[in-house]
Amino acid sequence: MSEIRFELDARIPDGPLEEKWDRHRAEMRLVSPKNKRNRRIIVVGTGLAGASAAASLAEQGYQVEAFTFHDSPRRAHSIAAQGGINAAKNYQNDGDSVWRLFHDTIKGGDFRSREANVYRLAQVSTSIIDQCVAQGVPFAREYGGQLANRSFGGAQVSRTFYCRGQTGQQLLLGAYSSLSRQIANGQIRQHTRTEMHDLVVVEGRARGIITRDLVTGEINSHVADAVVLATGGYSNVYYLSTNAKASNVTAAFRAYKRGAAMANPCFTQIHPTCIPASGEHQSKLTLMSESLRNDGRIWVPKNLDESRPAGEIPEDERDYYLERKYPSFGNLAPRDISSRAAKEVCDEGRGVGPTKRGVFLDFSDAIEQFGKETIRKRYGNLFDMYSHITNEDPYQTPMRIYPAPHYTMGGLWVDYNLMSNLPGLFVIGEANFSDHGANRLGASALMQGLADGYFILPYTIGDYIAQTPRDQLSADSVEFKETETETRARLSRLQSGSGKRTPTSFHRELGELMIEACGMSRSEAGLLDALARIPALREEFYQHVSLPGERANLNLALEQAGRVADFLEFAEVMCHDALARDESCGAHFRVEHQTDQGEAERNDEDYCNVSAWEFTGVGSPPALHAEALELETVELAVRNYK
Amino acid sequence: MKLTLNIWRQQGPNDTGQIVSYPAKDLSPDMSILEMLDKLNEELIAAGEEPVVFDHDCREGICGSCSMVINGVPHGPQKASTTCQTFLRSFQDGENIYLEPFRATAFPVVRDLMVDRSAFDRIIQAGGYVSANTGGAADGNALPIAQQTAEDAMDAAACIGCGACVAACKNASAMLFTAAKVSHLATLPQGQVERSERARNMVAQMDEEMFGSCTNQGACSAVCPKEISLDWIAKLNREHIRSRVAVST
Ligand SMILES: Cc1cc2nc3c(=O)[nH]c(=O)nc-3n(C[C@H](O)[C@H](O)[C@H](O)COP(=O)(O)OP(=O)(O)OC[C@H]3O[C@@H](n4cnc5c(N)ncnc54)[C@H](O)[C@@H]3O)c2cc1C
Ligand code: FES
Repeated sequence: MSEIRFELDARIPDGPLEEKWDRHRAEMRLVSPKNKRNRRIIVVGTGLAGASAAASLAEQGYQVEAFTFHDSPRRAHSIAAQGGINAAKNYQNDGDSVWRLFHDTIKGGDFRSREANVYRLAQVSTSIIDQCVAQGVPFAREYGGQLANRSFGGAQVSRTFYCRGQTGQQLLLGAYSSLSRQIANGQIRQHTRTEMHDLVVVEGRARGIITRDLVTGEINSHVADAVVLATGGYSNVYYLSTNAKASNVTAAFRAYKRGAAMANPCFTQIHPTCIPASGEHQSKLTLMSESLRNDGRIWVPKNLDESRPAGEIPEDERDYYLERKYPSFGNLAPRDISSRAAKEVCDEGRGVGPTKRGVFLDFSDAIEQFGKETIRKRYGNLFDMYSHITNEDPYQTPMRIYPAPHYTMGGLWVDYNLMSNLPGLFVIGEANFSDHGANRLGASALMQGLADGYFILPYTIGDYIAQTPRDQLSADSVEFKETETETRARLSRLQSGSGKRTPTSFHRELGELMIEACGMSRSEAGLLDALARIPALREEFYQHVSLPGERANLNLALEQAGRVADFLEFAEVMCHDALARDESCGAHFRVEHQTDQGEAERNDEDYCNVSAWEFTGVGSPPALHAEALELETVELAVRNYK
Repeated sequence: MKLTLNIWRQQGPNDTGQIVSYPAKDLSPDMSILEMLDKLNEELIAAGEEPVVFDHDCREGICGSCSMVINGVPHGPQKASTTCQTFLRSFQDGENIYLEPFRATAFPVVRDLMVDRSAFDRIIQAGGYVSANTGGAADGNALPIAQQTAEDAMDAAACIGCGACVAACKNASAMLFTAAKVSHLATLPQGQVERSERARNMVAQMDEEMFGSCTNQGACSAVCPKEISLDWIAKLNREHIRSRVAVST
């Protein structure tokens, strides 16, 4: 591991912003079709990013090995995305452009992302829609047959494409269909219910992975010319989040432990409109579309310990706190601001619902103004979903909502080519840190995943492969054998605990600690406290976790324990990052840095950078390397939503 | 509330399984079926016993992972709902609940309530796509599609691939699943070029996977969490006939 030089070169091409990508593409080396057939690429993860990349690489002629812990690629977390996908098509003729999408994304990210990457994202966004239409994705249409758009937060134009409330599903099924075609063609070998456990580094390059077959428990080595991680985000470090239950940080974290830099891990997005937890048993949280905030009014009772039902609380005893604090944006204040404000009123003890962690989202004024039918037309399916889950009727009583971890902007560090500092390791989709800075705008994650998978990685990886000669490396080589041995040792260590506590109980405890210390707001004292408590929790975990069942077999508890073990180490890196970033920006709110009105205060002088962390050993603080962000075209401005 | 859970436990595809009963107490009506199983599993693991294995992931009714026959009905008593979106308030305090896997020859049991549904993936691989390589696609608006056509295609495309249709069918037929994909693509202009080949190949694969034949009883659609309509099966039949005609002419 020590042979890896820790070097962060973003490799941003020269030239004006608008020309960088075209020029770079023209200059990249190519792999001839004959040679592609002899080169193998591993793609871990078959969500939007991974499925689109695997299919595109296979179409080019590479041999692709695709891995997923799911039973089918169609089940990836991407399937749950509801709202839509952005693209700078300007079909509405409302003044949208590549430049505007670029600018909105940089500003939305609070000026903590790379201009060149984000500009390219906006450029290729339009091709994504074309590609998906060609695959038969049933996007919503206008009466005239043209593609329909809706608007989303953080933008003044209408550029979001959608398939009812199931955009992620339809985009993923589109990518999955292309992937399936290549499986049938024999270009992709698919490994389902197979979990990556480690990355194998040979002579400083990523050359393969170690996997565990989740059904048989078998440990295997896989050799390739390059490895692509498309393994999604890590919101589940908080235990309760809107992510699918199995989403985890393992693949990315094991790569980090092999020398890949982890960038901005403390940048996590907490979504303001989710259904609150109903009790201890809660296993995950459900997102309600943000569009509800267009017509719903958010409030809590003015009095502490209010016990009357919502309808009986008179108008002058209600606190419409967003309208009060942010008169011009009101209930439509950005995600981070709304989330924090909800937490504050609940911390004061004015929260509603059985757990007192909730605020009202009230439609009674809107129903009075527009009529029940109009509201039903606008939000009928969301109201149904809400009443299905909570057994309450939002037409009669206000909804209850509460913020929930939703998306992680941080991730493995990548250069302009989406390659990590570890040569041969590429990272795409939510797993990398690339485009969203300190805060992601709605409908931009699907765009980024597909941009990476269809239109960026398939080119840049060729440039890398063209420069690395083919060799005869086999899984019998010492590096593979050693990494396999370490994987087995790690599993044995997990099973050596002799206690009565379940992996989930540790996960829940870690989650509570993290949402408090490194969630919607962070303080030096809180982070230091967390950094003291996490190692102790980890210790307790290894001593007292109960793992029945055998290793060489399907073993649910062992699967969970492996993921929790990584979260228990990763959480520390997040807290170090949050502590080191001594400013507030985007979703990262350090209580020490706020204006008189309680707004986030950025410090561009010292922190206009990416923090990239290097692993130095479990329990020892990671080493910080900063990549300075050179904003050449965008002017740094203060976000103001008053 | 309290319930008695009668759960199918089976070590592997070749074992004969059996129902095992577990008393469950301190349950909340707001728990989902899966949260109830989480709780049971926590108790089992803490006691050093192996947890009940079941598929799940999104817990929002969209990924199609969860798959249980609850009291004899795939996904349980609630209409248009998945297992993960079934809450204990649908049951009476003290009730006996039976949880079994989706059963079909084509869906072998992996362990307990988890089955192998890769046959569905192979049906898609046989033709459930439009052959459009990445790059070079025409502008999205170059091909206008009537709003209603897009809506119809979306109705069919809403299938989550859970397999409840197969589990509900007395013949374990995969017609509704296959029909949904064939119809989604046959409805859209993009799907026209490969239309005949697709219908033919997907139906052939369906047969090869040992799914049974369809007798149009509609049990599939009745349990479908996305309420995929039986009309699509009629459409698949037409598409299939059309494809055979297309071959012979
Ligand atoms: C409820 C919800 C709604 C959303 N709505 C929107 C929206 O409207 N618009 C938008 O733009 N974004 C939305 N997002 C965000 C967006 O859905 C995700 O960021 C995006 O889909 C992530 O895609 P991905 O391909 O990077 O990862 P994922 O879809 O998470 O896929 C990860 C893949 O990696 C595999 N994997 C992971 N680890 C391993 C391992 N160790 N071994 C083997 N395989 C592994 C998994 O099996 C899976 O195939 C939403 C998110 C949520 C939670
Ligand atoms: S767990 Fe995803 S549909 Fe039930």
